Amino acid sequence: MRHRSIVTRLQVTMDLHWSDRNKTHRNACADIVAAMRRVTQRLGVPNAKRLGRLAALAIPVIAATAAIAQNTPTISGGIGFFTSTTGGNTNYIPYAKPVLVAPLGSYLTVETRATVLETFFSRASKGYQHSFFKTMDYLQADVFAGPHLTLVGGEFLTPFGTYNERLTQIWMETFQDLPLVYGVGTMNTGSSVGGMIRGSAASTPRFSLDYAAYYSGNSTNSYFGAERSSGGKGEVYLPAAGLEIGASYGRSLAGTHENFEGMHLWWQPIESGFRFRSEYGHAPNASGYWLETDYRLSRFGGADSALGRLEPVFRLQQTFRGKQDSNDGLPSVDTQRADFGLDYHLPHELRIDTSYSRQFSSRGDVNIWETGIVYRILLPAWKGHLK
Amino acid sequence: MNRAGLAILCCLGIAATAGRAQDNAAPQNKQSSSTAKSAGTGETDRGQQVFEQNCARCHSAPEGFSPRISGTVARHMRVRANLSQVDYKALMKFLHP
Repeated sequence: MRHRSIVTRLQVTMDLHWSDRNKTHRNACADIVAAMRRVTQRLGVPNAKRLGRLAALAIPVIAATAAIAQNTPTISGGIGFFTSTTGGNTNYIPYAKPVLVAPLGSYLTVETRATVLETFFSRASKGYQHSFFKTMDYLQADVFAGPHLTLVGGEFLTPFGTYNERLTQIWMETFQDLPLVYGVGTMNTGSSVGGMIRGSAASTPRFSLDYAAYYSGNSTNSYFGAERSSGGKGEVYLPAAGLEIGASYGRSLAGTHENFEGMHLWWQPIESGFRFRSEYGHAPNASGYWLETDYRLSRFGGADSALGRLEPVFRLQQTFRGKQDSNDGLPSVDTQRADFGLDYHLPHELRIDTSYSRQFSSRGDVNIWETGIVYRILLPAWKGHLK
Repeated sequence: MNRAGLAILCCLGIAATAGRAQDNAAPQNKQSSSTAKSAGTGETDRGQQVFEQNCARCHSAPEGFSPRISGTVARHMRVRANLSQVDYKALMKFLHP
């Protein structure tokens, strides 16, 4: 997550460099590597690494003693291999996002997700440079405190809009790139360290009402990076119409205090392969939106037919820049972008993604070609007992 | 480059292990799914609704998984999809009747 945010920024940096004719390709790559080093050096804290390793070892051991019935801890997530070509330069990215979920007793669950990837990008002279990145997206304890209340503590995904919490897993997102407005309300890292309350305030066959509210402290280490902030969101879902409408609010409490607002609308008619998703984000000095539609062609011969495995996807994005502000993560100039994708769902949870994007801005228009193959994992962490 | 090679090897290793595990697990889940349909109780119907209206809003159903993890999957969804306790129990009943 954090890396995707960093990569998005680096991508912008690369675009800027490549649009600047006074800079050579070699200089641009060197700057990118230096920027990555600065990021890792700034965030590196050895004690946090030890704590992370200890937690990773302790959770399965504790869970093994507490696991009952169908509550065997799971390993899930996705692994993939992506390519991305921007302005004629191609990156190759082996990528893994494993998730571990371990129930501990009847009321407590511990879950964690990591991001591990290696980026290979071409040198100006010959061959490829590469950079390794790993981080913890979240490591949280969930306590089921009541029928409509869950308490969450630790590092968790910041609840703002829909994309951060729902679609940042690589086997779930339809495009490789995050939306341009992803930075709004996600407080630079996408993760928070502190506490959150969440749950379903009301749930009937006619509608459901969900909520989440959180407070995060400041954390600067490489595994649990977060910014002091608070916020929350609420959403209503109408099952008969397949319609969801929600609003989000976030307040950054680090440095200059800033407010972020967001709205989202999802529409997914029941028993239809069609899906519409949209989100709007507003920051003090910028705003933007994305609209995405996709249609799984299952109607044509079934989901397992050659045609039924296809899923065309389209996304439209636009951002508007007021004053320059490095905190909101939006492009520094007004930007428009159209993404055309075609995904193919292979058997055994494999998916091939392809997309072409055209991005327009006053800094120069660019073409972005992306391909990838993603595998979805869901299996027990070990052989458990079954009632 | 060593680290890069190690990362790629790890990815391939995980994929191979996961592939084998899912192949083994899939029939068990298919069996439990068919049992769920044949049971046809109100709670499993509600559980199916919960799945379609909450989980399927973001992702498709997995091709199959071991019944040993059905409770864990339901718990994960309780947090991710903000399920109430009633809906969580219905989903659990649907995943492992």
